[in-house]
Amino acid sequence: MAKGDLIATRDAYGKALAKYGAEYPDLVVLDADLSGSTKTGVFAKAFPERFFQMGIAEQDLMGTAAGLAAAGKIAFASTFAIFATGRAWEQIRNSIAYARFNVKVAATHAGLTVGEDGASHQANEDIALMRVIPGMTVVVPADAVETEQAVKALLDYDGPAYLRLGRSKVPVVFDDDYQFVIGKAATLRAGDDVTIIACGIMVEAALTAAEQLAMEGISARVVNMSTIKPLDEEAVLAAARETGAIVTCEEHNIIGGLGSAVAECVVRHYPVPMRFVGVKDVFGESGDPETLLKAYGLTAGDIVQAVKDVLQAK
Amino acid sequence: MQLTERAWRIREKIIQMVGAAGSGHPGGSLSATEIVTALYFHIMKHDPKNPEWPERDRFVLCKGHAAPVLYAALAEAGYFDPAELNTLRKFGSILQGHPDRKRTPGVEVSTGSLGQGLSIANGLALAAKLNGEKHRIFALLGDGEIQEGQVWEAAMTAAHRGLDNLVAYIDNNNLQIDGDVREVKGLTNIPARWEAFGWHVQEIDGHDLAAIIAATEKALAVTGQPSVIVCRTIKGKGVDFMEGQADWHGKAPNAEQLAEALRQLQRRGK
Ligand SMILES: Cc1ncc(C[n+]2csc(CCOP(=O)(O)OP(=O)(O)O)c2C)c(N)n1
Repeated sequence: MAKGDLIATRDAYGKALAKYGAEYPDLVVLDADLSGSTKTGVFAKAFPERFFQMGIAEQDLMGTAAGLAAAGKIAFASTFAIFATGRAWEQIRNSIAYARFNVKVAATHAGLTVGEDGASHQANEDIALMRVIPGMTVVVPADAVETEQAVKALLDYDGPAYLRLGRSKVPVVFDDDYQFVIGKAATLRAGDDVTIIACGIMVEAALTAAEQLAMEGISARVVNMSTIKPLDEEAVLAAARETGAIVTCEEHNIIGGLGSAVAECVVRHYPVPMRFVGVKDVFGESGDPETLLKAYGLTAGDIVQAVKDVLQAK
Repeated sequence: MQLTERAWRIREKIIQMVGAAGSGHPGGSLSATEIVTALYFHIMKHDPKNPEWPERDRFVLCKGHAAPVLYAALAEAGYFDPAELNTLRKFGSILQGHPDRKRTPGVEVSTGSLGQGLSIANGLALAAKLNGEKHRIFALLGDGEIQEGQVWEAAMTAAHRGLDNLVAYIDNNNLQIDGDVREVKGLTNIPARWEAFGWHVQEIDGHDLAAIIAATEKALAVTGQPSVIVCRTIKGKGVDFMEGQADWHGKAPNAEQLAEALRQLQRRGK
């Protein structure tokens, strides 16, 4: 994987499962009739006896994962984000998280970049749904490098977690020496006028925006907040104190996701003006991913605008 | 126009629109073509010029990914300009990847998440009874779809409530995305399962228009009980390289495949 390579995080996920399958004999993987799309099929091929095809039955998928985890397995349960976190939300809450079982809900096809399938399949609410569950770790990798590392980190972490993955190919933004740590944000670019805190595919857009802002004399810090929960409050508060303004960016409803998590922290400890780049509390629609990102205000240009706007309030 | 000819024209439109979109679900649209054709061009009372006509029969496409067959039928029936079909799945189109009632004239309910449609159909059927209305409710489910627990919750409700104004069709093409429904989830004996849940059950050839119509008439004559018609079908029916191939569930033909598919369908339609 080299910087700039176009790889979907779901592809990196399938490969990572297969890569770590031998090292982790307790790893089991479950899917709900989407193993070709979620890429768990790559693991299924390598370790067929540790793969469980559940059919079109997401609630059963999560419940079975809970049972396997109760018996000491590390269960990765995959389907599309909307069905994992939506259809099976209460199974995740009660059977998995409340019991504190070692289940990783690893869902693909999150966000608008699902594209042509349209609103019914575009989960712009999943981070909120998972974040609100007590004890749930929520990870949104930005690229293939971070995805592979997140899979490894979650294998080593004993507890329930949500891993949010995408359908579309996205550029690799990290070098191979990047180090993902659960609960730790990474500052990708220094800056003191404003901080852009992003996750997932918006990290790349944030870096592009910072580049553009620099040309206009605005120094923007860029932080990759790949763990939404537990939130790296230290990084958020450093941003608030040192730059005095924050813009959050996520491929998710601006209600309940990364922006809300950051705002909850800032408001409690060190209030600064904030702006939220994300889906503005509406459903998506069919279209190619790039067109949708433009139409819903999720481009580098939108981040630049939000930064200029928040600087007015500083 | 003869129903048979209509069905083949609908198949052509399905392939054309999925080809133009560059994505979409041809397999399960082609398997359901006769069921949808019989409903829109023989069985259902409806008025394409007045989609909101209160006395219309209602159709719920529970397996929402088969939107192309529904859109083709609606266009053929005159709900909207067939030229719209070429905008399928494109930004701003009235034809979303999965049915959206807010955008498409003739689409009753929004679907796409499997397993939810039969409950909605039950709601429509209960409301019709409550209001003393005579219209009927028709629901089309996938066989993979009936692996969802909600389908069986709904099956119980319909039987418990004696919803004899409801007819469900199962598109029993034996395939889902990851393979054969019997291998994925051990889904055998579909008629017996519905019988056990208290439904009136028939099993027919789902590509035989006359059989679909006869079975539906029989189903509508049943009182005090909901009816299901298990339709034995072939996924990808009509295009030889798509028939029986799980692989053609959710992908579009390339230019060459598109031309070949259309050639086959036009020949069959004559
Ligand atoms: C709740 C839910 N889970 C998963 C999917 C993804 N999906 C779309 S179609 C499909 C397979 C459907 O199989 P079947 O019902 O047999 O349809 P058909 O073969 O007739 O197309 C799946 C798993 C979905 N749309 N909804």
